[in-house]
Amino acid sequence: MFIINCPYCGERDQQEFKAGGEAHIERPKQPSELSDDEWAEYLFMRKNIKGVQFERWNHAHGCRKWFNMARDTSNDEIKLIYKMGEKPPSE
Amino acid sequence: MSTNLRVKSSEFIDETIRISFKFNGKTYHGFKGDTLASALLANNIHLVGRSFKYHRPRGIMTAGSEEPNAIVQLNDKTNRTEPNARATEIEIYEGLEASSQNCWPNVDFDVGGINNAISAFLPAGFYYKTFMWPASFWEKYEYFIRQSAGLGKSPTDNDPDIYDHRHIHCDVLVVGAGISGILAAKNAAKNNLKTLLVDEKNELGGATIYQNSKFNKIDNQSSSNWVKKEIQELKNIKNLEIKTRTSVAAFHGYNYLLARENLTDHLEKKNKQGKIRQRLLKIRAKKVILATGALERPLIFNNNDRPGIMLSSAVKKYADFYGVISGKKNVFFTNNDSAYESVLCLHNKGIKVEAIIDIRENSDSKIVKAVKDAGITIHWSHTIVDTKGYKRLSSISAMKLSNDGLSVIGKSINISCDCLGVTGGWTPAVHLFTQSGGKLVFDENNKVFLPNKYPSEQLSVGSCNGDFKIKEIINNLSINLKQFLKIEKTDFDNITVESEEENSKRNIWLLPSDKPIGKTKPFVDYQNDATAKDIKLALREGFRSIEHVKRYTTTGMGTDQGKLGNMHALGIIADTAGVKMGELGTTTFRPPYTPLTFGTIVGRNVGEYFDIFRRTPMNDWQIENKAKFENVGQWKRAWYYPINDENMHKAVQRESIAARESAGILDASTLGKIDIQGSDASEFLNRVYTNAWSKLGIGKCRYGLMLNEDGMVYDDGVTTRLGENHYIMTTTTGGAANVLGKLEDYLQTEWPELDVYLTSVTDHYATASICGPNSKKILNKIIPDLDLSEENFPHMSFKNAQIGNIKCRIMRISFTGEHSYEINVQANYGKAIWEKCMEAGKEFNITPYGTETMHLLRAEKGFIIVGQDTDGTMTPIDLQMDWIVSKKKYDFIGKRSLYRSDTMKEERKQLVGLLTDDPNIVLEEGAQIVSELNQSPVNMLGHVTSSYYSPNLKKSIALAVVRSGKNMMGKKLFIPMMDKNINVTVANPIFFDTENKRLNA
Ligand SMILES: [Zn+2]
Repeated sequence: MFIINCPYCGERDQQEFKAGGEAHIERPKQPSELSDDEWAEYLFMRKNIKGVQFERWNHAHGCRKWFNMARDTSNDEIKLIYKMGEKPPSE
Repeated sequence: MSTNLRVKSSEFIDETIRISFKFNGKTYHGFKGDTLASALLANNIHLVGRSFKYHRPRGIMTAGSEEPNAIVQLNDKTNRTEPNARATEIEIYEGLEASSQNCWPNVDFDVGGINNAISAFLPAGFYYKTFMWPASFWEKYEYFIRQSAGLGKSPTDNDPDIYDHRHIHCDVLVVGAGISGILAAKNAAKNNLKTLLVDEKNELGGATIYQNSKFNKIDNQSSSNWVKKEIQELKNIKNLEIKTRTSVAAFHGYNYLLARENLTDHLEKKNKQGKIRQRLLKIRAKKVILATGALERPLIFNNNDRPGIMLSSAVKKYADFYGVISGKKNVFFTNNDSAYESVLCLHNKGIKVEAIIDIRENSDSKIVKAVKDAGITIHWSHTIVDTKGYKRLSSISAMKLSNDGLSVIGKSINISCDCLGVTGGWTPAVHLFTQSGGKLVFDENNKVFLPNKYPSEQLSVGSCNGDFKIKEIINNLSINLKQFLKIEKTDFDNITVESEEENSKRNIWLLPSDKPIGKTKPFVDYQNDATAKDIKLALREGFRSIEHVKRYTTTGMGTDQGKLGNMHALGIIADTAGVKMGELGTTTFRPPYTPLTFGTIVGRNVGEYFDIFRRTPMNDWQIENKAKFENVGQWKRAWYYPINDENMHKAVQRESIAARESAGILDASTLGKIDIQGSDASEFLNRVYTNAWSKLGIGKCRYGLMLNEDGMVYDDGVTTRLGENHYIMTTTTGGAANVLGKLEDYLQTEWPELDVYLTSVTDHYATASICGPNSKKILNKIIPDLDLSEENFPHMSFKNAQIGNIKCRIMRISFTGEHSYEINVQANYGKAIWEKCMEAGKEFNITPYGTETMHLLRAEKGFIIVGQDTDGTMTPIDLQMDWIVSKKKYDFIGKRSLYRSDTMKEERKQLVGLLTDDPNIVLEEGAQIVSELNQSPVNMLGHVTSSYYSPNLKKSIALAVVRSGKNMMGKKLFIPMMDKNINVTVANPIFFDTENKRLNA
């Protein structure tokens, strides 16, 4: 079980958090102008990387804030935690 | 039978305290300090159980938790019975009852033993191959297989014991209290680190505590004396907590470990009462030091499993520690010097050692010289080729090994003996290290896998890290500990250590016999009866991955997870397939390290504490009035209120009629309630609901449907505009938490620019809903000054009001189709308001109704229940609720998905009403619907989602989802059941009051 450093509360046990899937998938601003394929791309397609993956996490049993996490799925190492709206690190 | 097999008393056994116990129904005696295994051996009992597949007689093999054979059923036929307990770990207590398992009718005469005679027909993969075909065979043999197979019996009654959980946070956790663990824990604690030291045994000191070899000295004392002095010192150290009888079960990521602390298993029955039996420790450690030691491994040779064949170190421990002789005529079989320690230990106690069979050509170490000087015969370059003795070893035969070790030569030597001590070297106990994600490296020289890459702040020390001699253990520990704990020095930096040297090594994973492999039984996994032959067969049949070979042969899949034989299995695979062991890798070691009872895992979460439950403020009243309850999410909701001996059907019919004919009252407090405020609240609702919200007037209510982004119905409920920028949203009872989470998610991540604040107020309000033609009169009696006229307080509107001095919010909304009011008050007034309504409604026979009647009444009106009539695959269009989907709004959650080619298909399942041709037949919810009866394969059109007998319509009604149902109005369909086919007709889902006249009645 991870220890997650909530950007608002500090280090807490993973039990307090909820994972929210892949990060940086922005809801299209004008959905009605997208083709079925383009909408499906947003709606259904998610990466499943062995290696560093960008994820959304929510401090559900704490401050209830959402934030982003860069996690190596091969060894569960949390590389970086950063706030919603911040750009993903390039490396 | 001579029962005194005790040698000169051991300091670890208290012979003044005699303990009696039963084994297989007979009473025996042991002493305080004995394990079941040592006490049985002292009573000259080796035959303890039968093996899993061949039912071969098996004895005690080890003196620790790695035991594969001596597993017993404890306290059979009581509700405290426990299967698969290791006799080597059970501390005996007065009244203990143990019995052999895996034998029928008993351990001495076992029907399954016939499997041994026919073992040629039980090869690897036997179970997979046999029960594949023909299928009909299985039923015939199942009875006998169930009688004669299986490992022990689980209890059939509730576990009467108490279990507990505890969270521990520490700077350093040390696992294993042998010499390395003791020194590590002591030096960590002395450096102001909060330290926890755990060991699975009941005493500290590991193998060193009884190590009296003159070739091993620390600080010029025997290592045993030195370590005892160290243990004494531990008691006065601050920051150090020590837990014995505590076995670490699992080592997860981020240094999170689970351990089982055994508190009462060793106590007499009367002392167990009322106490916590076991406690699960949930440990989060900043640093972890693994000092888990090493497991001695056996040698793999023909018939290496007879009772009396034991690990060499176990023979020594039983003699040195427990003061028990395992045999009167001993032979040792070895590939290393450690057997010579056991030989000297027995020799010095005056116990006969007949011979040593050593596969090496020679060894010139001091300890071997000492054995030679004692006049004990050593057969160098020899291997055991066979053993004899069915229920107890009687003799062995040995032959000379060829130079390449692949065959035997010359004449065979026969030696009669009743105990054979075997050692094939030592395997570091790296189980926990690999559980944590650590990567191993193979050491070709010592034929062991060693910790290589640490995945977290952890360190392996002592023999689990490949240091087997006391000198290298202490020297390496001193260096590594300082680095790991970032400390300047340890208190054993300059200590003098002498230990024996070992230069001669020879390793042969599978020892040859004079018989061909097909005719031998060299067991690799004792518990599951997997032999070297099985492994070779699996390779011949094309299995290559070790994980596949493991499953096919069941090697390492017993309750002991193959702690003894896994290395040999790998070695044999590597040798046979011609690959290096380092490239082959190991199978995965999975938690728990030793079995855990379910009680320990569950802890206090049993009975009423099994799950959290929530009660409404009206709950006491409902209990007093004999309501039956159902679980809805975590809530206990009143289900129906039977009068006298009414069953559910009768109660619901009565409640339903009363609600439509006069007045009913429902506790609606469990509905989710979210307070929404902020200048963008209206815009926010526009985006989350399918319909339009901007024009909803203050004081008005509106029903809303919420979709997922995929267009499927997610939740529904009525939202009321309390003020310009203030709404209160209701959600389904079960969906409340998820809806709040979803709304917060959108606000934080997609629309952070919106000025909206959400607060869950579900628990803050209690809600009584009164409905029926007399509801208006009842409300008027309670609040005479509130104008209830249609002009002032129409359907779908809201008023603030006051009942006495209790403030309330009243919504005129309806889920039954009747004229009705929802009265919301601060939660702690819930019961008072409910009682007021009952009082005022008395003259109108106001009838409390539960969720079942609510479901029936809404079904009469064709109102959906999200989660019952929908299942995450229904769009509003599928539900024939097109009217609620705004065409004008540019966007809302899920809108785009309603125009995907798939969601627009005509032949999707759609919600319809169903009427049975026979109005008295009530359909089963979930029943399948077809249009043709004699069709193969049957084309299933859909299923029934809601079904009731409507007392108000005097007929059965149902809601269903049916493919293209929208276009089937009036069509005849069929519901095939086990005993009959039911004819139904597709109908309008609104069965009752289609013009909604009653709302304003
Ligand atoms: Zn937080």
